[in-house]
Amino acid sequence: MSKTSIKTKRVFRSGFLNFIRNKTVSMSSLAILTVTLLIIGIFFFFRGIFDYSLIQIKNKVDIKIYFKLDATDNQINDVLQKMQNLPEVASTSLITSEEALIDFQNKHANDPVTLEALKQIEGNPFAAVLTVIAKDTNSYESISNTLNDASGFLGDDYNSIDKINYFELKPTIDRLNNIIKWVNAAGYWITVVFIIISSLIIFNTIRLSIFIFKEEISVMKLVGASNMYIRGPFLVESSIYALISTILAMILFLPITYWVAQKTIVFFSGLDIFKYYLDNFFSLFVLLLVVSFVLSSISSLLAIRKYLRI
Amino acid sequence: MLYFENVKKEYPGGFVVLDEINLTIDRGELVSIVGHSGAGKTTLIKMILAEEKPSRGKISFHSSQINKLKGKDLTNFRRKIGVVFQDFRLLSNRTVFENIAFAMEAAGKTDEDIVKDVPHVLDLVDLRTKIYHFPDQLSGGEKQRVAIARALVNRPDIIIADEPTGNLDPVNTYDIIQILKKINDLGTTIILTTHNKGIIDHLKKRVITMEDGRIIKDEKIGKYSI
Repeated sequence: MSKTSIKTKRVFRSGFLNFIRNKTVSMSSLAILTVTLLIIGIFFFFRGIFDYSLIQIKNKVDIKIYFKLDATDNQINDVLQKMQNLPEVASTSLITSEEALIDFQNKHANDPVTLEALKQIEGNPFAAVLTVIAKDTNSYESISNTLNDASGFLGDDYNSIDKINYFELKPTIDRLNNIIKWVNAAGYWITVVFIIISSLIIFNTIRLSIFIFKEEISVMKLVGASNMYIRGPFLVESSIYALISTILAMILFLPITYWVAQKTIVFFSGLDIFKYYLDNFFSLFVLLLVVSFVLSSISSLLAIRKYLRI
Repeated sequence: MLYFENVKKEYPGGFVVLDEINLTIDRGELVSIVGHSGAGKTTLIKMILAEEKPSRGKISFHSSQINKLKGKDLTNFRRKIGVVFQDFRLLSNRTVFENIAFAMEAAGKTDEDIVKDVPHVLDLVDLRTKIYHFPDQLSGGEKQRVAIARALVNRPDIIIADEPTGNLDPVNTYDIIQILKKINDLGTTIILTTHNKGIIDHLKKRVITMEDGRIIKDEKIGKYSI
């Protein structure tokens, strides 16, 4: 066995022994780390809820193109085709005048007065409507500008259009865009604050666990141990903290999300937090593991640095 | 082997703790350093261990200047020196075996050497039976023997014992001094600081007396006279 592998084996063994033998320090560090990871995890769920709600709101925004009653099928299909070819468009759905009529009749099947009134009008009073959903709420303005007569995009087909409802919805869409921008910016800063708070908690936890061994570190230095040989077991120990606290946090999220899901599935308009947890299990596990591992390792290195200066 | 040349240590604010220290310690010597608290004994020891650097002058071990050592050279130098402290400073969560093995592991010794040498050095300090005990299961005297075994196990050129009997009863004090004498008889240089008059007078070896950061007396066979 090479010298390096012997040293590595010893460093790992020391780290494990420190973890097992310093029960009080290990347990309290694990508890604090787990709680910190739970907070980070809760933030992860909040982001999930927020993103889901945003998608729900975004899906409710669309542009409706109302055709004239005398618009021909060819004209309608032309417009539909052109809209589908626009890169900003996510999806389209067309309700033909016949479908609109059938839909109206079905809705008022139990209302003979209305149906009789409809019969009195000769022909179909409903025009076709094309619903356009953009990939991004910011794209609605450019889509509606493209639809404008002056752009020439629709050519002669423009004459088949009665009205486009974007301009009625514009204030609502603008407000929504502002809210999305604001919430995204707030989310970014909240993430930064969370990372700082979590880093401070983890740093202080690790620092305290190392502070206890301040004297011993100086003895290790004086008996001729190299800095890396002293740091190694502390790094191993903090990695064990990171792994176990991540596993604990993931286990605790199981009943927490199950319970929260029961209470909130209606409130979040169909979002099942428990299912969200199961669907994102791996990414949440990796996120918590990486955060705890990186923060605890950096904390260990920083905390131990000043005791090595002898 | 160990040389102090015009060494001065001054802390910020003009507080001088060591001044005009000129000293040579040869291989195989047992040197006691005595003096009141604040005389500069501990600072002198810290300088040998390169825990403190002199403000002026130089400290050399053989041909290398201790106060210029850094990184790996410093680590290698410290492996040639064994240290015994008044408060033992054992690694609390490691057994007697592991405490001694740590010094050997740090020096890169093999597992086979460790398994062979640790019991042997524990025999020397008469503590073989407590090999798997933790420090909190040992008496003060036993802890100090472990500290001596740890200092000794890498066969250092010098053992520095800073007030090794300060926390011990007379019986343990006598035992520890006998062990240090035995180690010295086997050829290892010992530097001992103490306040214990009985020890100094009993040893009948070289005594350096310090006062206010200076060496005021250096006798080949000295007595405790402060």
